[in-house]
Amino acid sequence: MNAADFQSALNPAANESAHILHLWWIFFWVTLVIFALVAIFLFIAILRNIRRAPDDPQLAILPEPTQASESRTTKVVSALVVVTVLILFALLVGDFFTGNAIYATPDPNALAIKITGHQWWWEVQYQDPQPSEIVTTANEIHVPVGKPVKLELQSNDVIHSFWVPNIHGKKDLVPGHPTTTWFTARRAGEFRGQCAEYCGEQHAHMRLVFVSQPTEEFEVWLAAQKESAPEPTTDSQRRGRDVFLASQCVMCHTIQGTKARATLGPDLTHIGGRKMIAAGELPNTRGYLAGWILNASALKPGVRMPPNQLSADDLNSLLDYLESLK
Amino acid sequence: MNDGIRSKGIVEHSLRLPGRRSACPTEFVLRSCFRYFLFLFPFLLFSCEREQRVLLNRPPWADTKRMAYQVTVMPNGESRVKTWYDQNAWAMAEGKRLYESYNCVGCHAHGGGGMGPPLMDEKWIYGNEPLEIYGSIVHGRPNGMPSFRGKIPEDQVWEIMAYVRSLSGLANQWTADARDDHMKGPPPPNSVPEGTPRNSSEPPP
Repeated sequence: MNAADFQSALNPAANESAHILHLWWIFFWVTLVIFALVAIFLFIAILRNIRRAPDDPQLAILPEPTQASESRTTKVVSALVVVTVLILFALLVGDFFTGNAIYATPDPNALAIKITGHQWWWEVQYQDPQPSEIVTTANEIHVPVGKPVKLELQSNDVIHSFWVPNIHGKKDLVPGHPTTTWFTARRAGEFRGQCAEYCGEQHAHMRLVFVSQPTEEFEVWLAAQKESAPEPTTDSQRRGRDVFLASQCVMCHTIQGTKARATLGPDLTHIGGRKMIAAGELPNTRGYLAGWILNASALKPGVRMPPNQLSADDLNSLLDYLESLK
Repeated sequence: MNDGIRSKGIVEHSLRLPGRRSACPTEFVLRSCFRYFLFLFPFLLFSCEREQRVLLNRPPWADTKRMAYQVTVMPNGESRVKTWYDQNAWAMAEGKRLYESYNCVGCHAHGGGGMGPPLMDEKWIYGNEPLEIYGSIVHGRPNGMPSFRGKIPEDQVWEIMAYVRSLSGLANQWTADARDDHMKGPPPPNSVPEGTPRNSSEPPP
């Protein structure tokens, strides 16, 4: 175990990534052995010719090939070509079975999550036959352990790529062309996802928090997400809500249960309960949140969120309100 | 050994930069192109700031560069205002994105108008000059145009202004871009999935 295990294909947490890792190790050992053999034979050949060559350059020229040596060379080369083809074919068969295992048709009852890529954040929507039960959140995905999950991927602007190495391989989000991928988490844990297709200035900081958790915990989380935002309880929080609704926040963000219904930016209904802000880039603490609100582009240059001019009291009230949105 | 010395001589000869046609054709091509490059390079500088993007977005009071504007008084006494936003292709593209994002299209459509007046001609009720458009957006106008004061940040108002002027061909032609900076529109006709009618109470397919 090392420090980067939360974002590593070598530490699988789902059936699919385990299959991929298994194939990866087969490839690794086979190619390592072949590489070692090639290096050894090359080395032997060099040593033999060094010993054979005396100082006289005339003698350094190799002897004319005879009938016998020519035929031996042909045999050895042909045999090695056959062996190479066989090894490659064996790897191809392994690759085929892995591909078959990870792309088998998913369970029709799989949990469907729609993920929309934006510059530069992830919109996450838990699908439900009942429109009122659909949950929208951002940059944080929770899934139950042991249940198949189907991801419906799409993009709103440019091509992004969804990649949580511990869970599965990459899958592109292509504008105008929805794609699908699926996986089954096999153990609980918290991992990090990352956009894997260059999508603009903040591509490298377009991350997401991936949480796989026991089914009961997941159900509790999902039920909480379905609720509207809690009513403010203190005067400061009430004032914070007024600030939110009266300023430019309301032009881009949604808080369920209030008049804020814009969908340009992440849904903030339960922002207080999220682990990270700024697309998985900064911890969700009061200080970072304040900095983010005042001038997001100072923390992530090029980001779409504009600077906000708020008085100190307004900002404090707004922070109180946002932190109360668990 | 002799061969080695001779070939070294050739290398030295061809490295002599100014001069007549050398043995190496690649070098000849590069050298002749270099002259044209030297000649053309100053022209590139003319459009230096046209596509400049603002990555670090400062609040208006700290942004002396973008908030400065030039006023020219015309012979007939009218004044013309030139802003940074009129002269930057990126600002105009951002304006286009925001024009749709903030639902200006809801009333003005893509310039054709509807509930709100069209913006495709240059005869506008409250004027088509930058400051007049700024006023229309920030203060609102009677009979429907709401005020966006405090709702749309200052720099974005100016970006929308730059785009809105381009709808009627008033944009600075040196600045206006031939293509969009952002994706828009529905999926192309060959990528629309087939839909089936269903009751709203049924689960989606």
